[in-house]
Amino acid sequence: MTEPVQATPTPIEALADKGPLEPPRSQWKDVWDQFRKHKGAMFGGGFLLFITLAVVVGPWIWQVDAQKLDIRNKDMRPIWNALWDSTAKVGWNRPFGTDQLGRDQLAQILQGGRTSMAVGWAAMILSLLSGTTVGVLAGFVKKADGILMRLTDLFLSLPILPLLLVAVTLFRQPLREAFGPEGGMFVLIVGIIAVTSWMPTARIVRGDILALKEREFIVAARAIGTTPFRIVQRHLLPNVLSPIMVSATLGLATAIITESALSFLGVGFPSDFPTWGKMLADAVQRMQQFPERVILPGIAISLTVLSVNYLGDGLRDALDPRIRGR
Amino acid sequence: MLTFAVRRLVLAVPTLLFISFVIFMLLQLAPGDPMAQVPLTVPPDVKEKMRQALGVGEPPLVQYWKWLVQVFWLEPKVFIDWLTRDSALLGWLPDTQLYQGELRVISWQTRSPVMDIVIQRIPQTLWVVGMAYVVGILIALPIGIYSAYRQYSVFDQSGTFITMIGFSIPPFFTGPLLIVIFSVQLGWFPSIYDTTHVVNDWESLKFQLQQMILPVMVLALQTTAQISRYMRASMLDNLNQDYVRTARAKGLSEGVVVAVHVLRNSMIPVITVIALNVPSIFGGAIITENVFKVNGIGQLLITALFANDLPMVMTLTFIFAVLIVIFNLIADILYGLLDPRIRYD
Repeated sequence: MTEPVQATPTPIEALADKGPLEPPRSQWKDVWDQFRKHKGAMFGGGFLLFITLAVVVGPWIWQVDAQKLDIRNKDMRPIWNALWDSTAKVGWNRPFGTDQLGRDQLAQILQGGRTSMAVGWAAMILSLLSGTTVGVLAGFVKKADGILMRLTDLFLSLPILPLLLVAVTLFRQPLREAFGPEGGMFVLIVGIIAVTSWMPTARIVRGDILALKEREFIVAARAIGTTPFRIVQRHLLPNVLSPIMVSATLGLATAIITESALSFLGVGFPSDFPTWGKMLADAVQRMQQFPERVILPGIAISLTVLSVNYLGDGLRDALDPRIRGR
Repeated sequence: MLTFAVRRLVLAVPTLLFISFVIFMLLQLAPGDPMAQVPLTVPPDVKEKMRQALGVGEPPLVQYWKWLVQVFWLEPKVFIDWLTRDSALLGWLPDTQLYQGELRVISWQTRSPVMDIVIQRIPQTLWVVGMAYVVGILIALPIGIYSAYRQYSVFDQSGTFITMIGFSIPPFFTGPLLIVIFSVQLGWFPSIYDTTHVVNDWESLKFQLQQMILPVMVLALQTTAQISRYMRASMLDNLNQDYVRTARAKGLSEGVVVAVHVLRNSMIPVITVIALNVPSIFGGAIITENVFKVNGIGQLLITALFANDLPMVMTLTFIFAVLIVIFNLIADILYGLLDPRIRYD
């Protein structure tokens, strides 16, 4: 400030900067600030982090084998049943109780969560990669556009759940022989979910790329001789990142639900291998006597999906520059 | 518009043919033999004849061609015959007798025509799933409209939260949960849908409604969640438009502004979403039908899959694909009809 200080404050002075200017804000800082305002998204992100950590680290802390049969301690109730029923068969060594074969429920929830989350993340990443590739190719390469979009339309008109069921029953045997019972099923379920869920991403990415392609900065990049591959990598992909991230959250949610649905219908992982959907399906027959066995895995699935959906909601708001200013 | 519709219809035929081809070839890979249950004492030549009668034993392409002929040529004939012979609508026409006893698509489970079984199962699915869809839409629209009109109010916040929950809880959890609460603890509704139940007086109608409530609730929760989110977003898009301000400035009452001007414009995308979701409701109902033991199409598909009944699986999956293609077409056409700004040609 070079102006001399005056005795009485003037309006001009009030407009002057009090301190040094804030450093320029990056886009991601803006996004984070907007994201933080969305309470549901913060809660969702936090819960997703918590449950991911729990299923990753949990089995090392709670070192009970989820598949170990302990028939003497079968049908134990969760510990909180002791609050209202003093005769209930409970024990601190089995806080969530045991099932009809004496397997520890807490260990099963953790182990099953591992499977469900692994399937969800793997299928989501795979379908995002394929969807983005198809979308970028269709949007950027004019010759490929027609055929790729017809292919997308074709996949969109496939009946997904019936086909999933058909494919699982058909390819179960060969893949089990190739990768082992659990590995084969994992490959199969991840592959099938990815194959049947890449289309929305491809459509969104293609639309955005088509719009971006005509913008000045792409024309400029082309003019200075940037190779097409470099244009895609440096200029187009960062600009379509936000719709991709939003559809990633949706993809994660649907992948977790689809895996549980397959397990529920009895075409998922082998019967001694816990997943949330399978725990739920196994417990349905005895849900009158032991409702908690249905409710615990059900709540685990629902809360995870709910938090992922809220995360997606918040991301959509935070990544949209039109909403971000408000 | 008409040329667009015709073009899309023509384009739908190769799409459906391709889909059916893919599904057929996929099913050819299936392990399992329909003759596995036949006793070993049956001589090989008899076995071969039985194989022929079931339509297996020929090369896959021939089988596919035969399936096409059966589905697109013989089944319509049977249907027309039925229309002119037994139905009340066209029964006065002379019996056409187009069908001369050729081999139809035969289920390997029951050895009876697949289409007959499908026709038997369709009413149950339509009753439960269709009713759930209608109920879901009827609940969703007012919720969406009001929560958009009072954005960020308590109603909007709680409505958004509830739809988010409905969005996130899978039907295989809500189904058992509702059964535990309403049929085990409270004992209000039966947990199993009795499809042999005949409605002939008020008492039986009451029972029919009671047994429909739980599956309808499960399915309607999903529909409500989806549709009301779309409705809210679409209303919000329109509420800030200039024409709404003009309508208010003209002195129109708030009810007319919202219910006539905004609502009509907001319904355009919502109606297409409603049309697009009809087939996915059929597909998604597989789980709900399984939970409540409704013997509809979805349950038929599951049992056919487990019993390795390939003709049944093939035909059912194809029916689902046809539904998807048709409703996509309907959605596109509706969009063009409702919104005069859309030009397809």
